[in-house]
Amino acid sequence: MEWLADPVLAGFIAASVRLSIPILLAALGGMFAEKSGVLNIGLEGMMLIGCFTGFITVHFSGNLWLGAGVAVLIGAIAGLGLAFYAVTLRSNQVVVGIAFNLLMLGVSAYFFRLAFGSGTASPRITPFAPIDFGPLGQIPILGPLLFQHDPLTYLSLALVLGGWLVMQRSTIGLSIKAVGEHPEAAETLGLDPIAIRYAAVAVSGALAGLGGAFLSISATGVFLDNMTAGRGYIALAILILGRRHPFGVLVAALLFGAAEALQLRAQLLPSGVPLQFLIMLPYVLTIVVLAVSATRSGAPAALGQPYEKGGG
Amino acid sequence: MSESASAAAIGFARRWLLPRSVLSGMLCVLAAFAIGALLIAAIGRDPVLAYLSLFEASLGSTNGLAETAIRTVPLAFCGIGIALAFRAGVFNVGAEGQLFIGGVAAAWMGLQLGGQPQWLVLPAMALAAAVAGAGWSAIAGVLKLKFRADELITTIMLNYIAIYFVGYLLHGPLQDPGSPLARTARLAAEARLPMLLEGTRLHAGLLLVVVVAIVAQVFLWRSVAGFRLRAVGHNARAAENTGMNVKAALWTGFLICGALSGLAGFSEVAGVQRRMIENLSPGFGYTAIIVALLGQTNPLGVLAAAVLFAALQIGSTTMESAAGVPSALTTVIQALVVLLLIGQNALPRLFRRRAVTGS
Amino acid sequence: MRNIRVAFGPVVANDDVSFAVEPGEIHALLGENGAGKTTLMRALAGLIQPQAGSIEIGGQPVTIDGPLEARRLGIGMVHQHFMLVPTLTVAENIALGLKEVRTWFPRLDQLADEIDALGARYGLAVDARALAGELSVASQQRVEIVKALYRGAKILVLDEPTAVLTPQEAAALFPVLRALAAAGTAIVFISHKLNEVMAVTDRITVLRRGKVAGSLRTAETEPREIARMMVGGEVTLPQLEGMPVAGRPLLEVDRLGLTDARGVRRLEGVSLSVGAGEIVAVAGVDGNGQQELAEAIVGLQRPDTGRVLIDGVEMTHRPVAERIAAGLAHIPEDRHRTAIFEKLSVTDNAVAEEAGRPRFARWGLRRQGETRAFAAQLVADYDVRLGSVEQAIGSLSGGNQQKVVLGRALSRDPRLVVAVQPTRGLDIGATAFLQSQLLKRRAAGAAVLLISTELDEVLALADRIVVLFKGQVTGVVARADFSVEKLGLLMAGRTA
Repeated sequence: MEWLADPVLAGFIAASVRLSIPILLAALGGMFAEKSGVLNIGLEGMMLIGCFTGFITVHFSGNLWLGAGVAVLIGAIAGLGLAFYAVTLRSNQVVVGIAFNLLMLGVSAYFFRLAFGSGTASPRITPFAPIDFGPLGQIPILGPLLFQHDPLTYLSLALVLGGWLVMQRSTIGLSIKAVGEHPEAAETLGLDPIAIRYAAVAVSGALAGLGGAFLSISATGVFLDNMTAGRGYIALAILILGRRHPFGVLVAALLFGAAEALQLRAQLLPSGVPLQFLIMLPYVLTIVVLAVSATRSGAPAALGQPYEKGGG
Repeated sequence: MSESASAAAIGFARRWLLPRSVLSGMLCVLAAFAIGALLIAAIGRDPVLAYLSLFEASLGSTNGLAETAIRTVPLAFCGIGIALAFRAGVFNVGAEGQLFIGGVAAAWMGLQLGGQPQWLVLPAMALAAAVAGAGWSAIAGVLKLKFRADELITTIMLNYIAIYFVGYLLHGPLQDPGSPLARTARLAAEARLPMLLEGTRLHAGLLLVVVVAIVAQVFLWRSVAGFRLRAVGHNARAAENTGMNVKAALWTGFLICGALSGLAGFSEVAGVQRRMIENLSPGFGYTAIIVALLGQTNPLGVLAAAVLFAALQIGSTTMESAAGVPSALTTVIQALVVLLLIGQNALPRLFRRRAVTGS
Repeated sequence: MRNIRVAFGPVVANDDVSFAVEPGEIHALLGENGAGKTTLMRALAGLIQPQAGSIEIGGQPVTIDGPLEARRLGIGMVHQHFMLVPTLTVAENIALGLKEVRTWFPRLDQLADEIDALGARYGLAVDARALAGELSVASQQRVEIVKALYRGAKILVLDEPTAVLTPQEAAALFPVLRALAAAGTAIVFISHKLNEVMAVTDRITVLRRGKVAGSLRTAETEPREIARMMVGGEVTLPQLEGMPVAGRPLLEVDRLGLTDARGVRRLEGVSLSVGAGEIVAVAGVDGNGQQELAEAIVGLQRPDTGRVLIDGVEMTHRPVAERIAAGLAHIPEDRHRTAIFEKLSVTDNAVAEEAGRPRFARWGLRRQGETRAFAAQLVADYDVRLGSVEQAIGSLSGGNQQKVVLGRALSRDPRLVVAVQPTRGLDIGATAFLQSQLLKRRAAGAAVLLISTELDEVLALADRIVVLFKGQVTGVVARADFSVEKLGLLMAGRTA
């Protein structure tokens, strides 16, 4: 049973969790939007703007929690912006999402350059530190899985639980699902599909913003242009793999985190497989998952379809 | 007869001279620049100076114009491909990956055909690029049509896979034997696109893309296949009901987009880099999505939009050094143009009277 | 409701309409499609705001600015298309938007018990724990009524409640309504079917073109008088005449079986044939496989067993284009989804089926002049009202869109016409025009398969009627043996 305590294995498990958190949060956000009937392609941009605003807030205030809070707030505002297009203007949600992502890319790079100049020395902040659980952290498997992380990680896991409570054990979730499946029926019962969709997309932006902030203020302590590097798109795949269920999304995100961690560790090991093929792994896995799970099955009936008040 | 003639004249004017879509596009561009100016002013810089330096660099000299034209080529190739795919209802956002695959195929073909005459080498390279790009896009096509996997996600994933795959080839089988860098050997003179303008890097890819834009425009609006493509994009079920081959139209969308994006890779390899390199594209394939939207998914419109975006990108670094405005501002402007355009297109829908429902 | 006016842009749906219903009364709101019945009731339910007029409830003037206010005032509406979320249970559906249900850990079990008890009181058997989407149509309707009652409805509006029921199921609904009325509920019964209105209501208000054409006590009137009020004169719908002269079979459907994408068996062993010069109707309650049958014949769905032959040629797995070439024309049920390209021009829509024919294309390029000339001719022949053939078809009225679809289908001189609910949503003039076109095709020797849930239409036009129930043929009735009762039994699954 030597291998149970192997530091390489422990490091791998801890890294899997750490790498899964950003996409987990973004996917959890995507779940709220999609359950309400809005396809949020803008997750990527919302992550990026959260990543940037979180970083810059921490840099100037020194307060990590303030940074997380600002990322959540800005993410939610970005979500409202997207909702204006997707819900009020009833634009094509894919097109709007892609344009939003480009806007966030430009805005974050613009203000980053503005704040720090285009010099080569990139600024650093001190990121969240892992909580010391003492001997708990040394338990094989469970230690690195549960007891070697920073507060933001635990907050994220709590949010998964919260997401489950909202979606499965409250009338709020019932309303969101009703609006995503049959908005007209929801309206005849006095629910406001428009307002519920706005709220759901704002929540999705807030969660994606926090997920992005995790990259800068928890995982690395730096900000780079286009730092999210497509994680928002992967989150959309995670969502499908996790069947749009909070716990399903958690498992799927951990799977991707593990694939990424494995790929980082495999570089250390002698192997006949070229590095690039290992890096490809999560992306190939996403495609396989999509092909196997036949994308739209289980998707809300009104997903991607704008709703016109007073019936269509 | 005269009635139909005047109708034709009005139709011609509306379609070619100043259609509403062109007007609204220009309006959005102006508004985006205005917002950009506010952003510049807000940080205490001079918007006039910034924009002047931007366009001075991209349009104010022969060399600047040439550089803008060079940048236009890949954006227009990919943008036209994406536009045609969108018209068919295919959200193919995989142009970036298709460009890389096309580029490496072109380079490989060029190296294989070493000392052959140019009239043979260049077409062979272009064909290889188009076929390879279309083949890469076809993966997403199979995934959509056979496995019902949404092409939006699969093409994004395929982009990453393509770039890493090309990276593997350039670090391995196709690496220049004489160099530690991840790139192929230099292409022979016969495998390079002819230069158009003495003293600049402007290459014949520009002519190719203009021809492609015109052909695509005729295809889309005058051909039966183009009509069917649009019909499928509007309402696939009705298209099937009226006897159209929906799968064929979707395949056309996937394959044209892949082939044209592959040609973008070809023109970058044979016209600009003269070899395949790891960073062949700074996101042409992604920017081209926005270009396609700004061009209202009309091939000629896309070409015009590509010129604008190329000019913005070429001038952005000069703007940063001359006016102290971060070059990322041009990215912001690009996104704003499209967001404004989408918003403008949606406005009539917002105020449109509701249809009567029920009895 | 007094002097109500509702307009959508230039279209006036309700013009100076006054309407009253009393507790314990069943009041019919009668009128043709498009007469403004549903619009008036949607205003009462708070789903739309009238531009003029006033509403009083229990003598108090009220403003109903939304569904919540309507509910508070005791107004409940059962919509024609049920407003149930299929993926939620019945109890969850009823809990939606209810303030009385607590937000966290709602006690849905308790609610389900209450719902079952409430249903039992009025003879409305429902299973509150079942998924709404898995219930039969009739029980979904019961759920809708219970939903309204649970929410405290004193005024219950039923929009075309019998449209989705067999005659027998409809007959079973009426005692429930009587019981509700006896308990003091005011019931508004929207319908366009005279006989059931005569059977169940106390009073009748007739709407015609958005205005009140008359209001009468049911006991003091008779069907002819009401029919005249509805259509504003003596309009008679065309009727099939002459003996069938069925020639060789142009459509043969042989033991067709079809399973849909969700794995539900939609058709099982369906066989029928339609000869030249014959109209065969497929009758049945909505959702018993009619659409699947039509789509399998047309080529939009692939059957997994059985065969489809058009003019003797096996077409079961051939593409739609080949069937069109063999003389098939399809007038689909859902025009917007299946027949037209809303954003394309009338011209493009008119030639959609034939754009590739040499007449309309050369060297793969479209011949614009020929195409436009054809569209202009079609517009003239079928009396389509429009500004220009270049305008988007989506900007035309529904009746005119249907005329383009009809013209496209019939101008090819098809040998086989498959028409699915072709008159749904059309006014009486357009209905008469369409039906006469089908009769004309029959006279010209074409085979017509008419799939319709309107018994009156089927009885008037068909040489033979095939009845579908749960995807199976429960009987075939020849014209000489037509009777509503017989068809009703077959529609309910009782084989003759």
